[in-house]
Amino acid sequence: MSINKPFPLKRRQVIRGILATTAFGATTKFGTGCTPASQSQASSNTEDKPIVMGFIYVGPKDDFGYNQAHAEGKQGLAKLTWLKSVEEANVPETTAVEETMRNMIEEEGATVLFPTSFGYFDPHILKIAQEYPEVQFFHCGGLYQEGKHPKNVGSYFGYIDEAQYVAGIVAAHTSKTGKLGFIGAKPIPQVLRNINSFNLGARSVNPKITTQAIFTGDWALPVKEAEAANSMADQDIDVITCHVDSPKVVMETAERRGIFCSGYHANQAQLAPRGYLTGAEWNWVQVYSSYAEMIRAGKTLMNGGIPHLVRGGLKDGFLKMSSYGEAVSAEAKKDADAVKEKFMAGNMTIYRAGLKDNTGKIVVPSKDFTQTAIELEKMNWLAEGVIGRVAS
Amino acid sequence: MGWWGVPLAIAAGTLRGSAPFLFVSLGECLTEKSGKINLGLEGTLLTGAMSAYAISYLTNSPWLGVLVAGCAGMLLGIIHAWLCQQPKVNDVAVGIAMIIFGSGIAFFFGKPFIQPIAPQLPAIALGGWSSSPQIQSALKICPLFLIGVAIAPLMQWFFASTRWGLYIRAVGDAPEAAKAMGISTSRVRWLCIVAGSFLAGIGGAYLSLYYPGSWTERISSGQGLMAVALVIFARWQPMQCLYAALLFGGAQAIGPALQSVGIDSYYYLFNASPYILTLLIMILTCSPKRTLTGAPGALGKS
Amino acid sequence: MPNTYTWRGKLEAVCIPLAAILFSLLLFGVFCAAVGANPIAVYGAIYQAAFGRWQSFQNALIRAAPLMLSSLCTALPARLGLVIIGNEGAIVVGGLGAVAIALALSTNVPPLGSQVAMAVAGIVCGGVWIGIVGALRHYRGVNETISSLLMNYIAIALLNHLVGGPMRDPSSLNKPSSYPIPDVNMLGDLPGTRIHFGLIYGLIACAIAYFLIQRTTFGMAARIAGGNVRAAKLAGLPVGKLTLAICFLAGSCAGLAGMVEVAAVHGRANESLNANYGYSSILVAFIARNNPLAAILVAILLGGILTSGGILQRRLELPDATILVFQGIVFLVVLFSESLYGKLGVFQEKFDGNDRIGLVGSTASDRSGNVAG
Repeated sequence: MSINKPFPLKRRQVIRGILATTAFGATTKFGTGCTPASQSQASSNTEDKPIVMGFIYVGPKDDFGYNQAHAEGKQGLAKLTWLKSVEEANVPETTAVEETMRNMIEEEGATVLFPTSFGYFDPHILKIAQEYPEVQFFHCGGLYQEGKHPKNVGSYFGYIDEAQYVAGIVAAHTSKTGKLGFIGAKPIPQVLRNINSFNLGARSVNPKITTQAIFTGDWALPVKEAEAANSMADQDIDVITCHVDSPKVVMETAERRGIFCSGYHANQAQLAPRGYLTGAEWNWVQVYSSYAEMIRAGKTLMNGGIPHLVRGGLKDGFLKMSSYGEAVSAEAKKDADAVKEKFMAGNMTIYRAGLKDNTGKIVVPSKDFTQTAIELEKMNWLAEGVIGRVAS
Repeated sequence: MGWWGVPLAIAAGTLRGSAPFLFVSLGECLTEKSGKINLGLEGTLLTGAMSAYAISYLTNSPWLGVLVAGCAGMLLGIIHAWLCQQPKVNDVAVGIAMIIFGSGIAFFFGKPFIQPIAPQLPAIALGGWSSSPQIQSALKICPLFLIGVAIAPLMQWFFASTRWGLYIRAVGDAPEAAKAMGISTSRVRWLCIVAGSFLAGIGGAYLSLYYPGSWTERISSGQGLMAVALVIFARWQPMQCLYAALLFGGAQAIGPALQSVGIDSYYYLFNASPYILTLLIMILTCSPKRTLTGAPGALGKS
Repeated sequence: MPNTYTWRGKLEAVCIPLAAILFSLLLFGVFCAAVGANPIAVYGAIYQAAFGRWQSFQNALIRAAPLMLSSLCTALPARLGLVIIGNEGAIVVGGLGAVAIALALSTNVPPLGSQVAMAVAGIVCGGVWIGIVGALRHYRGVNETISSLLMNYIAIALLNHLVGGPMRDPSSLNKPSSYPIPDVNMLGDLPGTRIHFGLIYGLIACAIAYFLIQRTTFGMAARIAGGNVRAAKLAGLPVGKLTLAICFLAGSCAGLAGMVEVAAVHGRANESLNANYGYSSILVAFIARNNPLAAILVAILLGGILTSGGILQRRLELPDATILVFQGIVFLVVLFSESLYGKLGVFQEKFDGNDRIGLVGSTASDRSGNVAG
C-alpha cells in the first residue's frame, strides 16, 4: 500500500491545537455567568465603586519573610471598605509580571499597583507605566529619577538598616565569642547596608567585634543557607542574622546549633524560642495605609500630591523591632532602647564621617551620611570589622 | 577553628546532606534495573517532604511522617506506573509531567504548613567523645541516613543473589526472555516503580524533617533530578549510588565552608562545584566503548 | 499510530485529543470542587484569561515564543535518539553571548546589524554549549542526559558569576545585571500587537527545523542514525558529524531563545534569564512527538494554560500552585491519550459476515479501512 501524505503535518496535532481553543470556548458558553471581559476603568472613581489596588509578589505569600511582610501589609488594608485589593504571588521577573500588571489593570480595574520585587522596575514597570499613564505604580525599593522615569511611577522603601543597627547592639551584648555572622543572598546595596549597620551597631558596644558575611548567591537556597549557618557555628560565631527571602531555615538551624539569632523581614520568634534575640521587621501596613489615605483624598503621583520617592525609618513607623527574646540581658535592652529613642527623635546617624571599609579605605569622607544620602543607595563596600568581600 | 573548619564542614555536609540523594538514587536504581525510567522523582521528593512535615506536625510523630511520605511517594509512583504501562506512552515525558504535577500537589497542600513547626527526626550524637562543639555537631547523624546507608549494600546483594533480584534484572535486561520464563514483566515493573517512589518519598521526608529541616517551597535544590543523573553516574550499582550520593552531599558544603574561612571570590562557581566535579569524573571515566556498561538492556525502550 | 486513511481514523484523530483536553478539564474541575472552588467559575476564568480576548491570546503567544524555540533543543536531538535536557543552559549562554556582542558593538553599527550580530552570537554560543554535550557523547561516551543537566547548572553559575562580577553594571544596584544594550538595538514588537519579534523567530525556526528533518537528506540521515546506530554506521553515515551537527543546531535554537529574551524583553543579562523555560519546553517537545510544527501548537496551548494562572489567584483566591496542578493534569491526560489510538472499538472498522465471503476474490483495496487487530 503506498502511503500518500498530501498534508505533511500530523492531523492529530493540528486538531489538538485548534480544539484546545474551542474546547475552552465551548465549556464557558454553557451558562457560566462568568464575568464579562472588563472595561478598562483606569480613570476616576465614583463614590460607590471601590478603588482597586493590586499587589504583586515575586515569591510565595507565606514564606515567613519578604513576601509575607508585604502580604501582611496588604491584609492590613482589608478593613478599609472603600478599597478592594487583589494580589498575585510567585510572579517571576519576566514578561509574566507585565502580563500580570496588564491583567490587573484591565480585568480587575486596578488603578494602583504595588509590584514589590526590586527586579520588576526595569524594564517591566517602566514599560507598562508608559502604556497606562492614569494608573499609579508604587515600586518597592526602586530609585525613581525625576525626568527619567514616567510620572506615574513612584517608589518606597524603608531604612531597615536602622533596625539592624539596634539588632547589632543587642547581638554584641549577647555574644560571648565576639563573633557575629550575617548570611546574605547577594552583595547588593540593600544587603550590604544591613550588614554594615548590623556590624556598626555591634561595634558601638564592642569595638573589637567582627561580623562574618557569607553570600549564598540567590534569594532562596535553603540548603546553602543551612550550610552557611552550620559553618558559621563551626567557626565559633554565636549570633547570626540574615538577609534572604525566607529566614526560616537560618533561624531554625541556629536554634538547633544552640546559637543565637536575630530575625529579618517578619517575626520569626516562634521558630527559635531560646535563641531569638530580636529582629528587624517591616511594617508595611503603615506605608500602605498612608498611601491609601492619600489616594482617597485624590492625591496622585501625577498631580504632585504624592511624592515620588518615599522613604522612612523607625521614626516614621516603616519598620519595627521584634520584641526581645528571653536571652536578652537587661543591659542590652537598655542600650538598645536608648538608641531606638534616638532614631525616633531623628538624632541618630549610622554612617559617620571617617568610616573605613574593611580594606582600610575611607568611604565616608568628610560629612556624615544621613539616611537619605544617595551614596548609601549605591553602597558597594563592607565596613571595617566585616569579614568578607563584595565582588563575586 | 580556622582552616580545619573546611574538611570538617565537608565531612559534616556529607553526613548531613547526602541522605536525600541517597534515597532518591536508590529508588531510581531499583526502577531503572527493571527497565523503566522515572524522571518524576523531583515531584515525588517534594510531595514526600510536604506530607512528612504535615503529618509530623499534625500527629507529633516524625517517624509516622516518614512513613506517610513514603506512602505519598507510592501514590505518585502508582500513577506513573499505570501511565507508563500503557502502550505508546513516552516514559520520559510522563516523568517530566509528574514533576510538574507532584510539585503542584506539594505546594498546593503544603500552604498551611509553612508557618507551623513540626517535630524533627531525632539525631544520634556520635561525637560525644569530643569536647569541641563543632565536631559534636558534625557527627550528629540521623538514623534515617544510617538506614539509607544500610539499604545500599542490601540492594546490591538483593540484585546479585536473590531470586527476586534476578527477576528484576531479567525484566530489565531482556524482557522477552523474562516473559518466556513466566515472569510477569508488567507486575515486576509496577512493583519496582512503586517501591522506587516510596524510597524517593522518604528522601523528601529527610529534607523537611532533618536537614534543612523545614518546609518551604524552595526546599529542594534539584535533588530529585540530580539523583536520576547519579544513578547513571553510578552505573546502576547501588553501592556506587551510595558513594556518588556522599560525594554530592559533601560537595554541597564546599561553597559556604570556603567563604567562612575567607575564600570568597568565585563563590558562584564554588557553589556549582558538585556539578563540575561530577562532569569531570564522568568525562574521565567514560569511554565510547563502555558507555553503558551495566545499563539494563531494556532501558529506554518501552 | 493514528490511522488517517479512513474517515474513522480521521475522526479518531479529532476526537481523542478533544476528549483528552475535556477530560483533563473535568479532572481539574473535580480537583477544584474538592478544595472548595466553583469549577464552572474556574473554567470561565481560564477561558477568559487564556483565549477569551485578543489581549489574552496575545499573552499566550508571548509566553509561547520562547517555548517554541527552546523546545527544539530537545526535539531535534531526539530524532537522533539523544535525550537532551540542556535547554536552560543553552538559553542562558546564548543570552550572555548576545549581550556581550551588543555591548561590544554598541552604537557603532546600525541597529539591524547589531541585532543580526546578537542573533549570531546567541546561535553560536548556544550551539557550542550543546555541541559540547554531543561531543562528549560521541567521543567519550558520556550520557547526554546527565551531561546536559550538569551543563545547565554550570551555565547558571556562570551567568551569576559574570553578571555579579566582571560584566556587572555598577548602576544596576540591587539586581546585578550587565550593562544594558542600547535601546535602538532591541527587538521591537510586531506591528499592531504587543508581541515581540521573538515569536516570528520561533515560527521560522520551527518551520526550518521541520523542513530540515523531514525533507532533506541530512534529516533523513539523522533519522536513520536515530533508529539504529549500527545500521547507520554500516550504511556509511558519519554518525559523529551528525551528532555534533544536530546538537549544535539544537543548542543554537535555544541560544536564539536566550538572545530574544535579552533583546526583546530585558535589554540586559541578569538572573531573570534563568526563567525556567527549561522543563516546560522539554515537555512541549515530547508532547509534540518531536515534531517542530506540532511544537508550535503545543507551545501556544501551554502558553494559554500558563496565562490563566493569574486570574485563578486574583478572582478565585486559589493559591499559585493551582496552575501547576492544572498543567500536570493536562499533560498527563494528553500523554495517556496517546495510548488510545487503535484501541477504541468505535473507531475501528467492523467486519460482518459478508466481508468474509468476498475475501478470496477481493484485493486489499476493495475494502476500506485497516485490518482489525
